[in-house]
Amino acid sequence: MENWSLVSICVLFGLTARWAVSLNSYSGAGKPPMFGDYEAQRHWQEVTYNLPVHEWYFNTTDNNLNYWGLDYPPLTAYHSLLCAHVAKLINPDWVELHASRGHESYGHKLFMRATVLVADLLIYIPAVVLYSFYLSEGSNKKKVCTVLCILLYPGLILIDYGHFQYNSISLGLALWGVVVLGLGWDVLGSLAFVLSLNYKQMELYHSLPFFCYLLGKCFKQGLAGRGLFLLVKIAVTVLVTFALCWLPFLSDPGQILQVVHRLFPVGRGLFEDKVANTWCSLNVLIKIKTILSTDTQLYFSLTTTLLAILPSSIKLLMKPTLWQFKLALVNSSLAFFLFSFQVHEKSILLPAFMLPLFLKDGLLVPYVVTSLAFLFFSIYLLSAFEHCSEDKLRLGPYRRLLICMPRMDLGRVTKWKFYFSITAMAGLSFMSVALAPPDQLPDLFPLLVSVFSYLHFLGLLLYFNIVQIAEPLQSVRKNQKKSN
Amino acid sequence: SVMATPRADDWSWFPALALGVSFLKCILINAYHSTDFEVHRNWLAITHSLPVSKWYHENTSEWTLDYPPLFAWFEYSLSHVAQHFDKEMLVVQNLIYTSPATILFQRLSVIVTDIVFIYAVKECCRSVREEKGSKDLLGHPFFILAALLLWNFGLLIVDHIHFQYNGFLFGILLLSVARHLQGRHLEGALLFTVLLNLKHIYLYIAPAYGIFLLRSYCFTKDNTDGSVRWSSFSPVRLVALGSIVISVGALSFGPFIAMPAVLSIWCRPRGARGFLRCLVVCALGSFMFGWHVHEKAILMAILPFSILAVESREDAGIFLMLTTTGHYSLFPLLFTAAELPIKVLLMLLFTLYSFTSLKKLFRGSLLNPLETTYLLGLVAVEILCEVVYPLSPWQHTLPFVPLLVTSVYCSLGVSYSFIRLYVSLLRQHGTDKHKQL
Repeated sequence: MENWSLVSICVLFGLTARWAVSLNSYSGAGKPPMFGDYEAQRHWQEVTYNLPVHEWYFNTTDNNLNYWGLDYPPLTAYHSLLCAHVAKLINPDWVELHASRGHESYGHKLFMRATVLVADLLIYIPAVVLYSFYLSEGSNKKKVCTVLCILLYPGLILIDYGHFQYNSISLGLALWGVVVLGLGWDVLGSLAFVLSLNYKQMELYHSLPFFCYLLGKCFKQGLAGRGLFLLVKIAVTVLVTFALCWLPFLSDPGQILQVVHRLFPVGRGLFEDKVANTWCSLNVLIKIKTILSTDTQLYFSLTTTLLAILPSSIKLLMKPTLWQFKLALVNSSLAFFLFSFQVHEKSILLPAFMLPLFLKDGLLVPYVVTSLAFLFFSIYLLSAFEHCSEDKLRLGPYRRLLICMPRMDLGRVTKWKFYFSITAMAGLSFMSVALAPPDQLPDLFPLLVSVFSYLHFLGLLLYFNIVQIAEPLQSVRKNQKKSN
Repeated sequence: SVMATPRADDWSWFPALALGVSFLKCILINAYHSTDFEVHRNWLAITHSLPVSKWYHENTSEWTLDYPPLFAWFEYSLSHVAQHFDKEMLVVQNLIYTSPATILFQRLSVIVTDIVFIYAVKECCRSVREEKGSKDLLGHPFFILAALLLWNFGLLIVDHIHFQYNGFLFGILLLSVARHLQGRHLEGALLFTVLLNLKHIYLYIAPAYGIFLLRSYCFTKDNTDGSVRWSSFSPVRLVALGSIVISVGALSFGPFIAMPAVLSIWCRPRGARGFLRCLVVCALGSFMFGWHVHEKAILMAILPFSILAVESREDAGIFLMLTTTGHYSLFPLLFTAAELPIKVLLMLLFTLYSFTSLKKLFRGSLLNPLETTYLLGLVAVEILCEVVYPLSPWQHTLPFVPLLVTSVYCSLGVSYSFIRLYVSLLRQHGTDKHKQL
């Protein structure tokens, strides 16, 4: 069968899975007075539609920032405004100032879910298709399988179509950035990424790789000539795009400061709730939240984050290839997640580790089904277990590190570790749902989940860093088939 | 790896297809369900809580037991599992009881009993004629058949959204057909009898079974020109058959409209495939002319016809016409706004797949321009009925118009397919005798 029909079938299947999940509940459904993220998005439509731009990020009589105040960059606000205009056409009650608070209805849910689907269809899904076909290796069949597996990724589906968010827009734009950079159009790629950054500040997690990759390319082309020209072009693009996105706020420095203040809530402390990063896990042993002052916490986390991201960034600067870029993206986002300030569990978008969140939202069944389906299809279609040899997993450096240990097949070790992890995750999931925690330790299960997850993330960070750093600076000429 | 050239005996793709559609079914657990959900809950309650003598008398609920006894026993066995999910659903007085555990149980019961259907599809795929010549996996007839059956749009939305147990029942039907294709006629007859005792609507295709079994099983040899050799009649076989299928024999002279078709397999049997063709014609005929027919009955023609569609070019053309029109006619079953994207997406998925895979298999276009135009017209009908009309002023005064338009438009396609199918069956008279049986 031709590619276009196979891809269309995969996309249709992905869309069906998404809409089927959206038939379930959303965050904060039926839970006054605050409700949840769904209400937050609806509230932003109300605010952006009814209030003038300079009031969006400020605490006024009409705009109470304590009730889901805007805390994403301007593009989110513009997107909410667009949705609000559509909402007004269908049913003005949905965005009525003050009166529409906590509005929940069948029609409104359909509308909100539809906005997520449209955004996904226009931005994220085309990027996935293009990425699989232009930037991944393998036969055409393999690329179609890649499309399917990426589209079935449960984390994004459950958060966007269940809990309710618009991650597909920011992730989609970032992915467009990667695709376009991979095709060699550096200026357009940086444009796409800047747009993505201006949609959700969480994309800062990916900013260093983009920066280092492009800077590295400029260095490679020689700062005396073409490299400098490229640098200037990119810099101008970035600045102009930023300016255009922030245009309504540029007239007054106070506006800019306030928006930044909303985007980076440094007053809120090192972490909230149970999240699988270093600080939360460390807090189990040493109560750092109480020992250190907020400012110290801030500097400490900033320093450790930068230290964690440093090796990967330097390597990318020295060797700006696409493969290094992809690795750096993983390393950077992991490092930021693990060490930065005020991280939310949703930032990781990894489903098993957001289990407590899904339980709260009433999304247990979709979580189980999509996770199982994703695991099954990835393993079956992408033949994961057959590629579990040492060579394929790039475990060469480990072999050199563990030279003192007895000879063992690291590929098999990895495979068994995977089985163990999956079993442990299933066990933890089951316990969280079926058992009640002991009275002295009411947060036992969320804590176990987050510490367990943390250890995995740390392991992944180390693994990917080693893989990225260990790659030789100059590829051996004979090895032309080495993937890029 | 599945993507390398598969060996003929490498069937690892089959569980993948089956598991994939099962995941899809699981994710539809919380979708809209119709009153049929309450019907089956009521039957669970009746069979569990009341003595057998009261089952067909109980009428607290308006949805009294109106399936044959074997189905009642099926519900009875389900009810033993149900009590571990939520005991309250088994109380007859709890009308329209829809706790989350009840929904989960009932939905899961449909998904799990579909295993009969999955097994039957596997058996049908094994019986499909294989063409020589290296094809990649996706181009093999048995792969296409498996996909067309396991992922059938009509079955998905009727069973797993609207709510029914058709997968389980059609599984038995397809298994019976597969047994006949494999020459295991007694088993096929047994399965069909079981099916009749589960849901009496299958009486419509009883004539095909009756005549075929009488002609091809009880008469052990044909004359050289294919006509009946009366001397080869085997009383032993007849008794064997009769002892299993008494009801089939008694009803084998059913609806007169099926007479010419049924007669044709008496005069010139074309073996199991001729029987299958006749079965489809009977099913479709009963759909067109029967009493109190449900739109879901179109599945009785579509599902068995899939087997013929992957083996012959002409059948594939008729199949595309019949399924697209037939499946579209099921749209009014799901009238809620939330389920609109699901039914459109699944319809597109199935239609796209059936068209592209069959076109690739038979190398070339299967429909003439008129047929294609008609099918494209379905898009216009859909937009008209579900988008334009509800926004027009007539929605309140004449609310039935979309249903009317859908029914009339689809009836054209279904009738056309019926006629073409009938003609193809009669035309097989006098054509080459060396066709494989």
